[in-house]
Amino acid sequence: MFIHIDNKTYTVKAGKNLLEACLTLDLDLPYFCWHPAMGSVGACRQCAVKVYKDENDMKGRLVMSCMETVTEGLRLSIEDKTAKAFREQVIEWLMTNHPHDCPVCDEGGACHLQDMTVMTGHDYRRYNYKKRTYTNQYLGPLINHEMNRCIQCYRCVRYYRDYAGGDDLNVFAAHNHVYFGREKDGVLQSPFSGNLSEVCPTGVFTDKTLKEHYTRKWDLTMAPSVCNHCSVGCNTIAAERYGQLRCMLNRYNGDVNGYFLCDRGRFGYEFVNSENRIKQALIRSRTNEAATESEIMEHVQSLISMSKVVGIGSPRASLESNFALMQLVGKENFYQGISEDEAHLNRLVVEMLRSGCVHSVSLKEIEQADAVLIIGEDIWNTAPMMALAVRQAVVKTAASQASQEIKIPVWLDSAIKELAQEEKGFLATLTIATSPIDDIATHSWHAAPDDLARLGFAIASYLQPGKIVNTDFSEALLDKAKKIGDALKKAKNPVVITGTSCYNDNVIKAAFDVAVALNTGERKTSFSCVMTECNSMGLAMMGSPSFSVANENIKTNGHATAVILENDVYKHIPSANADEFFNSCDHVIVLDALHNATTEKAQVLLPAATFADGDGTLVNNEGRAQRFFQVIPNTTSQVQESWRWLKKLQTLKLHTLNGHALHPDDLLREMETALPQFEGITNVSPKHDFTIHGEKIPREPHRYSGRTAILANKNVSEPKPFNDGDSPLSFTMEGYKGTPPSGVVPFFWSPGWNSVQSVNKYQEETNGALRGGNPGLQLFKNKSDARDLFFNDVPESFVVAKDRWLLLPKYDALGSGELSSYTAALKTLSPQPFASMSTGSLQALNAKDGDMLQIVDAGIMYGSLPVKADENVCDGVVLVTAGLRESMGMSWGTRVQIKK
Amino acid sequence: MFSHIRTIWLTFLHLFKRHVTIQYPEEKIRLRPRWRGRIVLTKDPDGGERCVGCYLCAVACPVDCIALQATEDENGRRYPEFFRINFSRCIFCGYCEDACPTYAIQLIPDFEMGEYNRQNLVFEKEDLLINSQGKYPGYNFYKVAGMDAGVKQKGEGENEDAPVDVHSLMP
Repeated sequence: MFIHIDNKTYTVKAGKNLLEACLTLDLDLPYFCWHPAMGSVGACRQCAVKVYKDENDMKGRLVMSCMETVTEGLRLSIEDKTAKAFREQVIEWLMTNHPHDCPVCDEGGACHLQDMTVMTGHDYRRYNYKKRTYTNQYLGPLINHEMNRCIQCYRCVRYYRDYAGGDDLNVFAAHNHVYFGREKDGVLQSPFSGNLSEVCPTGVFTDKTLKEHYTRKWDLTMAPSVCNHCSVGCNTIAAERYGQLRCMLNRYNGDVNGYFLCDRGRFGYEFVNSENRIKQALIRSRTNEAATESEIMEHVQSLISMSKVVGIGSPRASLESNFALMQLVGKENFYQGISEDEAHLNRLVVEMLRSGCVHSVSLKEIEQADAVLIIGEDIWNTAPMMALAVRQAVVKTAASQASQEIKIPVWLDSAIKELAQEEKGFLATLTIATSPIDDIATHSWHAAPDDLARLGFAIASYLQPGKIVNTDFSEALLDKAKKIGDALKKAKNPVVITGTSCYNDNVIKAAFDVAVALNTGERKTSFSCVMTECNSMGLAMMGSPSFSVANENIKTNGHATAVILENDVYKHIPSANADEFFNSCDHVIVLDALHNATTEKAQVLLPAATFADGDGTLVNNEGRAQRFFQVIPNTTSQVQESWRWLKKLQTLKLHTLNGHALHPDDLLREMETALPQFEGITNVSPKHDFTIHGEKIPREPHRYSGRTAILANKNVSEPKPFNDGDSPLSFTMEGYKGTPPSGVVPFFWSPGWNSVQSVNKYQEETNGALRGGNPGLQLFKNKSDARDLFFNDVPESFVVAKDRWLLLPKYDALGSGELSSYTAALKTLSPQPFASMSTGSLQALNAKDGDMLQIVDAGIMYGSLPVKADENVCDGVVLVTAGLRESMGMSWGTRVQIKK
Repeated sequence: MFSHIRTIWLTFLHLFKRHVTIQYPEEKIRLRPRWRGRIVLTKDPDGGERCVGCYLCAVACPVDCIALQATEDENGRRYPEFFRINFSRCIFCGYCEDACPTYAIQLIPDFEMGEYNRQNLVFEKEDLLINSQGKYPGYNFYKVAGMDAGVKQKGEGENEDAPVDVHSLMP
């Protein structure tokens, strides 16, 4: 479709609005209330352009570009004098009450309002009267509120209420007094509240954790990173200054997280700067425990040459590190550092996705689904961004259907909302306990895992009768299955979501069977299984036996040195078993970034890099391999990536020193050869020697300041910048200035666009893929010739045992991260450990709400926990807050005894 | 020949001109107040630090010789945790003073900064901070800024209305 802008002809995509069309064409047009993820409301009047009837029309008319659809041959002018004057006038009005705050405002330098003010040319205030002021509110430890700066664009409430489904932020008062905040001071309840700092075009809502060590955007050294806190693998930008990680920003990836992050991902970064970090290599039980690298090498050489070496991998370490460990110890001595129960589930998920008979779904595709079935996973708390995507699917299905019927463009936000009213797409949540996502569900049902699995199989059996044998389902169950099955049948793009947090393979099998049963010729079903850690999938794909097998082997064979990679064994394994393992090992070498129960057992402790001080690749639950890059230059401490340590140890073992520097892409190449399931993984990002016109991509913006003063207190002669040989990025501000390949975009910036809104300039079209395709590499391929795989494993229904309770985890969106729990701000928001049971179970125990209960499993006593009565937990089940230090190593999914 | 005599004559005439050279350091040169010399950090009329740690001086500096870290006191007032100028790099262009929104950083008419050891030209905040308002007396940034940082309450600043009563619907 052709349109004429300022007498030049451009090709644009039909269905877009004029603002989107202009931004896609790289033309600068100011806006406030429009947001690519939230559509247009035409409230701020900032994006005015002139539209002409035909080429003879000299007068034209002013329109808001975000409210008009492109039409063939449309003539418009951005540069028109009236339009420009109008836009400048609008900014001038907005600025009449905007305070004189920029020097002390955290948004300054990355502020959309600053950018737009400069863009329109409004440079001098003519308003000499009093400015309006507001009092601020306390909104919790994550978000700072400074209401004076507000320009009333309404983006915050549109995001918080409409997009993220929160209900404790609202707009109050009237006319020129409108106030955006809570009813009274208090912590924002939504686990997506951090996005307010990026959604707000000015400094009303800002990142409170950044305030603790404030740095302007232009001073940050930034690198593309991948979130470490759940299995979804959202893309982030990690930002450093003075050797400290300062903040995490969203990195747009059209297939994964889009424009938003959850609070655990955004604020859970502070463990990198934690006091608890391991910075020094130690050899324990010497007088001087601190060891130099050469001492370590010498010591470890004697250890690993003396006895058999066993490697314990980790679901939170990168693929490179796990593979380097596998190379060091040999494939037969490499074990996943997780319990057999979890490893079994993970293997099952890999088998399902590898079969290729259903599509492994991305978050973007979940957003576009028209029916969603969740079986057994509380995604709101285990994979918050997936819950946000499900919410979009549910809220937007009705809207998009309505818009197709009466031809309203999907971006016309308020009209679509009027049309869709309360109508929602189909969502069924079949979980063990209530979750905030139930609020938008058509059906929600809470039962024990086995019963959830039975309902799943019943749905599959209803969808494709005859495929499931052993169908002795009750009438009530069949009725539920029919209702859900009918809704799923109507859908064109249904998605089935499950997860490993029930610790029940039948649940996953049932979910998969539903997906397969739905997958007929015209209907494309997608499947997703949430896992526990950021690289659970990568580790599972390596196909090694679990920790329990390692434990057995060591017990029988004895005499082994264990190398434990970035894994707190006590988190995954009951402490008695872990103790047993450590006692039977001759020597224990641990690589980790934070001190924990496992590092205490180490005789040799090596400081490992986190995502911020190292490079690596993670595979998310979808099977998408994504590369993260080092952002903290490491010049003094011994911290280095685990894979680098392990490779150095390997050269010791093999007595070969080839002298070549080792890069992550070399490791991935070796991995591709050794493990064919990772075929193609070398293409996950550009190689370490990638340059554009001979230049690397700078991690620092061109306005980076203080280069000749930062280290001047130590030595006035500036050292050479840290050289990063592992990636195409450099630790300087010099280098290629254009748009880099999508996987190595260190920050979003474009001339005139200092704020995060500059992301528009990196996309092929608004809301589309990044230029050159979204980063990440899908390792699972859909197979058109795949045979339908039915598991057909219907369990018996759950029976309440007399004094045995099924122990299941209850996750928390903010509190359950192992690493994020070292962040002070999140720690204050994470719940106190508790157990919840139904009133029936409590009666059986003769206990009441608030009593302290002790959980006993096979003779192991766990700490006592206060109990809460919860009507929605079914009888015979006890839920315990998971991921907290008090509930480490619990044997989830088993029947335990409970004592008062 | 004539040229030589002319040169001698002109040189002789210079004996009666005003001296340009002065006997420094016995005699000091007179510098104008806006002369761009040593950089100082000034204080506001109430004796508080003027610098709010906005990083504008650092980013304006063409030789990148200013590094600082902003921090906050319990009232939310920003100040630099450290403020370092590497004078061995400074070119005394005065861009930092131009950029400063609070009149905190000022270049003063003092150039006597010679050092034998280059390391001594690295000035920290305690070397830079003076107990004076410098060239711009009377200015207190927090009185005109909107936010409440312990200097004034919301609505008590210059040109500010009292805070909005959210419960009122009156115009």
